[in-house]
Amino acid sequence: MSVHVIKPGALSTLQDLGRFGYQRYGVIVDGVMDEWSHRAANILVGNPESEATLEMTLVGPTLRFDDTTLIAICGADLSPRIGEREVPMDRPVLLRADTQLEFGRRRTGCRAYLAIKGGYDVAPVMESKSTYLRGGFGGFQGRALRKDDTIAIGRSDATNPYRSLLRMLSANDDPFCAPPFALRPRSVPDATAAQSVRVVSGPQWQRFPDAAQREFLDSEFAITPSSDRMGYRLQGAKLAPREAIEMISEGVSFGTIQVPPDGNPIILMADCQTTGGYPKIAQVASVDLPRLAQMMPGQTVRFELISLDEAQRLYLARQHDFAQVLQSVSQPQQES
Amino acid sequence: MKVESDPTFQPMGDRCLIIEFESRVDPEINARVRSVARHLLTHPIEGVVDIVPAFTTVAVHYRPEAVRDGPPSESPYRRLCRSIERILAQGIARTDVGARVVEVPVCYGGEFGPDLDEVAVQCHLTPQQVIALHAASPHQVYMLGFAPGFPYLGGLDSRLETPRRSTPRTKVPAGSVAIAREQSAIYSIETPGGWNILGRTPLKLFTPETVPPCLLQPGDNVRFVPISAEQFNAMQQSRA
Repeated sequence: MSVHVIKPGALSTLQDLGRFGYQRYGVIVDGVMDEWSHRAANILVGNPESEATLEMTLVGPTLRFDDTTLIAICGADLSPRIGEREVPMDRPVLLRADTQLEFGRRRTGCRAYLAIKGGYDVAPVMESKSTYLRGGFGGFQGRALRKDDTIAIGRSDATNPYRSLLRMLSANDDPFCAPPFALRPRSVPDATAAQSVRVVSGPQWQRFPDAAQREFLDSEFAITPSSDRMGYRLQGAKLAPREAIEMISEGVSFGTIQVPPDGNPIILMADCQTTGGYPKIAQVASVDLPRLAQMMPGQTVRFELISLDEAQRLYLARQHDFAQVLQSVSQPQQES
Repeated sequence: MKVESDPTFQPMGDRCLIIEFESRVDPEINARVRSVARHLLTHPIEGVVDIVPAFTTVAVHYRPEAVRDGPPSESPYRRLCRSIERILAQGIARTDVGARVVEVPVCYGGEFGPDLDEVAVQCHLTPQQVIALHAASPHQVYMLGFAPGFPYLGGLDSRLETPRRSTPRTKVPAGSVAIAREQSAIYSIETPGGWNILGRTPLKLFTPETVPPCLLQPGDNVRFVPISAEQFNAMQQSRA
């Protein structure tokens, strides 16, 4: 079983939950930008949440599946369709063999995730299937997909856990079928209005004067066009520290908001370096990172300060929700 | 016996915390950082996914939902801090005793070391003196960061201290041996960079397929050995 790339899309890379355990070698974590959409897509097809999905940015690819395949698409709505028919998102979808999946106009969000039952059969590098673009390893040959690539799909039973789907598919000539239920990861913002992003104070928060702290929390920041998987560069109020901060490089992570000498904050994203030497004013609450990942250059954010306890409570509550969904999906389906 | 001050803990968001020893770059403090990092790696705590030692700090990345120790009424951060404090209180042996010495051949100057002459002028030395002082400095790997397998080396002879270049280069070739301020580094992959490039090594510093993927480890002592362009070419060919 395999998937063939007819058109690659703007930036389509395999990503999983990240390459942890190697940062001490300077190897970055990588991984999906929108963790909730990735996990939901995997859950919907019955994969482990740690399996790689295809992260598709702004313009989706055109893919042909040579066998009956169970897929799910979550995250940004890039108008997935097969022929003239729209493919529903946030649901398991069983594709007939030799079906071509295409994407069209971007309606909402920035990044869509395609999970395939059985997973993408690529060799993990340092225990992860995530693509490290600058390092040139991981994922599919260490790079974004190109025209004419063929990616093998792991062996699995495409109809497990949805036995009834195969009967639905054989009942007519439709290119695909999908059950009526959906699992919405809710990471894609509904509106293009300024989004409130919750943060906890960073290690150098106290070294910014009251005025800079107030401006950070009271004003809006625009995501500039030079924003990518490494970081979002923001424009708005300039945040000057109390005095020049002489920093010794130390660990940073996905969500760290650092302020370089020019005063324009940068939010470090999934492809950020392992260490950094700029003062860290704040850190985005993990529960809000997926929403940030779905925002476009030009959109604006507003930061809301919450306590660390609150951030961890929100995160654990979200984990709990996911665990419950996982349990309900993995119940054996009743045969009728 | 020297009294070591207690480290401080700081959250860096809801999935990472930073243990800071003292806030100055110093071989003793860095040795403590490495010992603690080594201990946390060999005695894993449930929920911890990554340990990242730097000059004066150890970053501990964790999954809050997987931190098990301590009463559930407390936040995962507090419970993890307490687990680490308990471990540190037991005392951690220094693990650097008998650290390895790695010889790194370098072809200095010429096309491989475009900044050698300028560094010599800035330091009021001849290029030959710069090479001799750099090769004789007792370099030690403080940490890996910036790029995969990129080592920050302490121990540079103070006569070679120079600021970074005012305009960074957009491309520095892999293997470039460079200095800035009181440190040396080796570019492990081709990246942009602002350090002063003295030469190049034919050794490969980062190989993703090997375990570990890096030639150098924190704590390694590094001795730079000057080689000729002919030796450089021969070594690079035998590598290919």
